Amino acid sequence: MKNLCFVFQLHAPYRLKRYRFFEIGQDHYYYDDFQTEERIQQLASQSYQPANKTILEMIKSSNGKFRCAYSISGILLELLEQYAPEVIDSFKELAATKAVEFLATPYSYSLASAYDQHEFERQLRLHAEKIKTLFGVETTAVWNTELMYSDEIADTVAKMGYKTILTEGARHILGWKSPNYVYNSAASNKLKVLMRNPKLSDDIAFRFSDYSWKDYPLDAEKYVNWLAETPAEEPIINIWMGYEALGIRQHHTTGIFEFMKALPYFAMERGLGFLTPSEATKKIASSDTIVSPYTTSWSGEAKDISAYNGNDLQQEALQKLYAVSERVNLCQNMLLKRDWQILQSDDHFLYMNHIDAGWTNYESAYEAFINYMNVLADFLQLVDEQYPTTIENEELNELLKTITNLEKENSALEAELKKARKRKEK
Amino acid sequence: MKALMFGWEFPPHILGGLGTASYGLTKGMAQQPDMQITFVIPKPWGDEDQSFLKIIGACNVPIVWKENDWNYVNSRLNGRMSADEYFWLRNGIKYDFHRIGTDDLGCVNFSGRYPDNLVEEIGNYEAVASVLAHQLDFDIIHSHDWLTYPAGVFAKHISGKPLVIHVHATDFDRSRGNVNPTVYAIERRGMDEADHIICVSNLTRRTVIEKYGQPEWKVSTVHNAVEPLADADSFTKTPRKDKVVTFLGRITMQKGPEYFVEAAARVLQKTDGVRFVMAGSGDKMNEMIDLVAKRGIADKFHFTGFLRGRQVQEMLAESDCYIMPSVSEPFGISPLEAMQVGTPSIISKQSGCAEILQHAIKTDYWDIDAMADAIYAIVKYPAMYKSLRELGREEVNNIKWSDAGLKVRAIYDKVIAERH
Repeated sequence: MKNLCFVFQLHAPYRLKRYRFFEIGQDHYYYDDFQTEERIQQLASQSYQPANKTILEMIKSSNGKFRCAYSISGILLELLEQYAPEVIDSFKELAATKAVEFLATPYSYSLASAYDQHEFERQLRLHAEKIKTLFGVETTAVWNTELMYSDEIADTVAKMGYKTILTEGARHILGWKSPNYVYNSAASNKLKVLMRNPKLSDDIAFRFSDYSWKDYPLDAEKYVNWLAETPAEEPIINIWMGYEALGIRQHHTTGIFEFMKALPYFAMERGLGFLTPSEATKKIASSDTIVSPYTTSWSGEAKDISAYNGNDLQQEALQKLYAVSERVNLCQNMLLKRDWQILQSDDHFLYMNHIDAGWTNYESAYEAFINYMNVLADFLQLVDEQYPTTIENEELNELLKTITNLEKENSALEAELKKARKRKEK
Repeated sequence: MKALMFGWEFPPHILGGLGTASYGLTKGMAQQPDMQITFVIPKPWGDEDQSFLKIIGACNVPIVWKENDWNYVNSRLNGRMSADEYFWLRNGIKYDFHRIGTDDLGCVNFSGRYPDNLVEEIGNYEAVASVLAHQLDFDIIHSHDWLTYPAGVFAKHISGKPLVIHVHATDFDRSRGNVNPTVYAIERRGMDEADHIICVSNLTRRTVIEKYGQPEWKVSTVHNAVEPLADADSFTKTPRKDKVVTFLGRITMQKGPEYFVEAAARVLQKTDGVRFVMAGSGDKMNEMIDLVAKRGIADKFHFTGFLRGRQVQEMLAESDCYIMPSVSEPFGISPLEAMQVGTPSIISKQSGCAEILQHAIKTDYWDIDAMADAIYAIVKYPAMYKSLRELGREEVNNIKWSDAGLKVRAIYDKVIAERH
């Protein structure tokens, strides 16, 4: 039986306020709450709320046959709790149906997996905690930021015990292979890889209301026919997109929500099933191994992360940021740790792109860079006050190791002491 | 296609940006194989580059009939123009201009600058245009800036050929809104009579439409470009301890020098290792020196006086950042020149060149905080400097006069086609 795997991805950053260099060292609050709130409410009212309602209806009307998964960044969850708690409630309602899966995602939607593996792990753990607290479920599959994937990332994820990782069905790693199978990761055969089907996903996310597209207008029956007509031996079709495709990229007047609602009916009629990523890798045997020495992603034509770290501005900002990763994680100051999370969101670096800066709120890449660097300069000063940069990272690492060793020794000794006491009691 | 152009300046003897733009545009247009340009200026010096166009000096064109023999004329012209051409042009005198003071050849002695009797000189130039319009063969008339509009209009009336005027600036830019009524009247009449108006930026185009009441369809924008700098690599940057931030241009109200001083004061409050240079001269210079002293930054703020020729590029190349906070700048060529030698530029959004530059920092001229912030970023964050330097240079090298020339040509073709 052929299966469809729907995944929706959600993230929005904290917007930075206009922060001039003469504020460095004076003002330690970096955020434009008004702009952030406005964006969150726009996302919630135009996309998240009506989309959640639609998905819930799809699950109910199909008696739970329709299943899908969500990747929601930790930062966005925080923002929703603050500015649009009704969205959190509707996600709880979806969670209660047991038909949706929540994917592990770097907490900040950060580029940590390309710069700092330890930070990447911390971000996944932090996110897992957040999902557990809000929805009471464990995460078993990973959606990395922008679907970034490489053998190294796979290795980290496998060692953390995750069973499934999602990535882009990029031509340069697939070659002649089809994205419509389950694969093994080259890093570990315990880790399964699912690949997005770019064409069938973007037909909905980007082309649905494009008048100049040869297949316009697209209706559910036609779309399901395309799905059903893929080669019979292909077990799964991964249809993944940014959630704002429903309601913002494709406005509600285009009929996108009605299109979605009609999908389960036509799919079942053609004998297509629905699976979430973790269910898919459990049920479907993997057919081959995927090798990816370089980092790929779902972004742009190149399917790499050059949109985020391709120019000099982005590289300088990222290097300055991740250079203090270890120091920040030694800090006990909660506010500092929070800023650290917020400043890592990949949006800040996309805004520094000269060609396509996404949903930027800056007039140019340079302005984005100036503002971010001023904020970062202040943040780095605060970190420096806690752990001066005069202490080398290696030195810090040594200290850390000593501390953890001492802790281990300590607990070993305590255990021995307990044993000794017990023996004495006897 | 034969174009008769009226200009006021032509390199190497130039007083402002008009000469540079005239040169670049005509040179770019001359790359079209069938383009013949006759360029009239009041007073050529004889060392102009005539390899791609023909220059006629208005001061050598007779407007009053004087009987002279060939040898005498030849010796008087002294190679500035051939005597045959003089006699041939003399046949174009159809009106009585005895009221105008002329020399023994019947020619006007133009200053070729911007003298106090400028309006009189514009009128005399118009008289010259009438002679040329009767004698020369051309398909279109093209007038550069308001000084030459009356000449263009007269030539149009005589020849019946279409007139295109090129607005390099308006009096609204020069005066921050307090226009001179005489100048406005000359500008307005030129625009009303023109078959098409070319502006150097959308900003200027808006002014022409809104302040001079011109219909939108008649006004097009053709952005200026910049001549490639053949010896760009010969300019070097001496490594020094302090970063140098430079303002370069006339120190006048239009250029917004006071905003530069205020931004400098902001930067110096917070950081060391930056020096500010104000190069050029102008009527606001003493006021600026006072302001610098008042802000207490005179130890880090330097005035160089007027720079000429190669000194300009040398100063730009030695700088870490060039800033042009103009209050109103129809185009503004100097940031492009700075970027050619690899110097990052900060320009005001009220400059025409901001419309075509991506790799320059743009701020409002009054926003000294943003300006200070940009200066700080360029001198403190290496990636900022490097990006602006490399991408800026690449960007400017792709802004070509030949492309501007093609746009002007398309306008010629359209205007002529509408005639027939």
